[in-house]
Amino acid sequence: MDGSGLPQFIATGITQGAIYALVAVGFNLVYSATGIINFAQGEFVMLGGMFAVTCYSMLHLPLALAVVLPIAAVMLVGAGVHYFTIRPLRRAHLLTLIMVTVGVSVALRGLAKVVWGADAYPLPPFSAGESLSLAGANINPQSLWVMACAAATGAALTLFLRCTLQGRAMVACALNRRAAQLVGIRVERMHMWAFALAGGVGAIAGSVLAPIALPSYDVGLALALKGFCAAVLGGIGSNAGALLGGVLVGLLESLGAGYVSSGYKDAFAFFVLLLVLLLRPSGLLNVPTRREER
Amino acid sequence: MDLQVRRVVTVVVCLLATLLLVAGCPKAPEDESSLGAGMPTRPTKPALTGEPIKVGAIFSVTGTAGAPLGTPEKETALMVEEMVNDSGGINGRPLKIIIEDDQSDNTQAATAAKKLIEADQVVAVVGPTLSGTTLAIVDTFEKAQVPLISCAASIKITQPVKKWVFSTAQPDVLAVARLMEYLKAKQIKSIAVLYDSNPFGKSGAEVLDKQAPENGIKIVAKETFESKDTDMTTQLTKAKAANPEAVICWGTNPGPAIVAKNMKQLKMSIPLFMSHGVANRKFIELAGDAAEGVVFPAGKLLVAETLPETDKQRQVLLDYSKAFQGKYGKSADTFGGHGWDALQLVIQALKQVGPDRAKLRDAIESTKDFVGISGVFNLSPTDHNGLTKDAFVMVTIKGGNWTLAEQ
Repeated sequence: MDGSGLPQFIATGITQGAIYALVAVGFNLVYSATGIINFAQGEFVMLGGMFAVTCYSMLHLPLALAVVLPIAAVMLVGAGVHYFTIRPLRRAHLLTLIMVTVGVSVALRGLAKVVWGADAYPLPPFSAGESLSLAGANINPQSLWVMACAAATGAALTLFLRCTLQGRAMVACALNRRAAQLVGIRVERMHMWAFALAGGVGAIAGSVLAPIALPSYDVGLALALKGFCAAVLGGIGSNAGALLGGVLVGLLESLGAGYVSSGYKDAFAFFVLLLVLLLRPSGLLNVPTRREER
Repeated sequence: MDLQVRRVVTVVVCLLATLLLVAGCPKAPEDESSLGAGMPTRPTKPALTGEPIKVGAIFSVTGTAGAPLGTPEKETALMVEEMVNDSGGINGRPLKIIIEDDQSDNTQAATAAKKLIEADQVVAVVGPTLSGTTLAIVDTFEKAQVPLISCAASIKITQPVKKWVFSTAQPDVLAVARLMEYLKAKQIKSIAVLYDSNPFGKSGAEVLDKQAPENGIKIVAKETFESKDTDMTTQLTKAKAANPEAVICWGTNPGPAIVAKNMKQLKMSIPLFMSHGVANRKFIELAGDAAEGVVFPAGKLLVAETLPETDKQRQVLLDYSKAFQGKYGKSADTFGGHGWDALQLVIQALKQVGPDRAKLRDAIESTKDFVGISGVFNLSPTDHNGLTKDAFVMVTIKGGNWTLAEQ
C-alpha cells in the first residue's frame, strides 16, 4: 500500500481524537474537583446528542438553539446525578463513589432507551457544504467544528480552573477536602458544580458529534472508554494532556486500522491504555497525580 | 443550599418529564386505531361453531434485539386471526392464535414452546422472531413432533433440513445471490467489502466471500467496522486505494448510514451497494442526501406499488399493506410479512387436512406456488424455506424514496 491514504488517516484520527479529548476533558473536570472518575461521562455525551436531536426534530427549534439548550439540560442532569447519588454518599470511600457512577451510567442508558428507543437519530451538520480537500485528505466541515469545540472547551476550562476563584476553589476541594472546608469553601456545592460542568462539556461533545455519529441510546459506553484512554494517556487532571491524549488515541486507531487491520481498531486504544497504566501511570505529560486525603 | 438544590432538581425533573413526553408522543399510534375500532360496526360475521383450532405463536414483543421485529409480527397475527374468523374461520371452526412473548431471550422461548405444546396443545407454532431463539427450541419441536414455522433468517434453521422446522424469512444467501446477479449484469468485476462486526454483517461477509469468486467477481479489499463506530473514512480510504469498481457495505443501522456519508465526504463516486439490512425508513432518515443512489437487494414489499402489474406478488403485497395500514395506522414491514407468510402456510394446510400435527406437517412441506409477502414459496422435503433469489428485487433510493433499480 502506498502513502496516498496517509493524509486521510491523519485527518480521521484527529477528528476522532478531538471527540475523545472532549470526553477526557469531562473526566478531568470531575476528577479535578472530587477525585472521582465519573463513568457516566459517556452518558452525558449521549444525552447531549439525544437532547439536541429531540429539540431539533421533535420540538422543531432552530439548530443553534437545539445545540445550546442541551448544554443547560445536561448540566442539570449532572447536578442531579451529584445530588441524588454522590451527595448522600459523601462519607463513603472514593472507590464506592466511582462504582456509583458506573451504576448511574447504566441507569441513564436504560432510561434513554425507554425514552428514545433503540434507534439512532440524525442531526444536520452545523454548517452546510461539501467536504474540504486539504493536502490529499477530505475533511467534513463538521470535523472542524469538533476540533474547534475540543480546543476551545479545553482552553476555557483550564483558564477557569487556574485563574478564577471558583475554579481554584474547585481544585482545592480535591487537593484537601478538610482544608478547603476550613477556609470556607462549600465543598458539596463545588462538587455539584463540577458534575454540572462535566455534564455541560459532555453535552457540547454530544451535540457537535451528533451530525457525524448519529447518536443512539448506547453510544456512551464506547465514548467513555476511549475518552478514559485519552485522559489517562495525557495524565488525568490535565486538560492539555487530554487534548494530546485524545488526538494520540484517535491517530493510533486510524493508523492502526489503516495499515494493520480494521478488525483490531479498538484493540489499539486499549492496548495503549494498558501500556500507559503499567509503565507511566501518571500520564505522558507527567502531571503529578492528585490524591484526596485519606 | 438545600433549597437551591431542590429548585435545581425540580427543574431537572420537569425538563426530563417534558422531554420524555415529547419523545413518547409520536410512539403511540395504536391509540388512534383503537379509538376508531372502539365501537364495532363490522358486518355480521358467519356464525362459527365447534372448538377453536389453536395455533401457537412465539414473538419477541419485548427485549432489545427482537422488539422492533416481533411487534409487527404480533400485530399481523392479531390481524390474521380476525380476518380468518370474519370470513368463515377454518372450515367453519374458529381460529385461535395464542401469542407468547419470548422477550428476545432463549430461555423464555423454551418456556413458551413448552407451554404452547403441552398446556395449550396447539397444532402448530409460528415464530420465533430471532435466529437465536429459534435455534434454541428446534430440538423441542423435533422431539414433540409439532410443526414450527420460524420467522427468522439464519440458514442454520433450514439447513440441514429438520423434519418439523420451516422458515419464511429470506436467508442472506439469497440476498447475496441476487446482488451478484445484478453486479454481473452491470459488468462489475472487482468490489471492496465493508461489513459490520455484528452477526448480520459477519454472516453476510462470509457469504460474499463464497459467492463472489463463483461469479467471477474479485474482492480487492475487505474491511470491518464496529456497530458503534462513528467514522469509517479510514476503512473507505483503504478500500479506495485498492481501486474497486464498487463498494459493498453489509450491516444494519446506523453503520451503513455513516459509510454512505463518509463516501460522500471522501468524494468517492463509485457505486455503493448495501444489504437488505438497510431496507427501512430509518436508513434514509439517517443517511439523508448520502442515501441517494444506494442500491440494495430487498423484499418486494418495499416497492410494492412500483412493481409491474404482471408480478404475481403485487396484489398480495398491496392487500397486506393496506390491511395493516388500515388497522394500525403505520406502514407494514418485512418482519410482519414473515409472520403473515408463516400463518398463511399453516392456515392453508389446516384448511386442507384439518388439525392433525403430522398431516399438517406433510401438507406444509408439500406447499407449492404459495404467493406470500417474502416471495413465492415452493417447499419440498429438501427445502424447508422454499424461496429463491427472485424473492429479492434490487432497489435504489431516489428523492428520499425507494424505487426499483434499473436492470
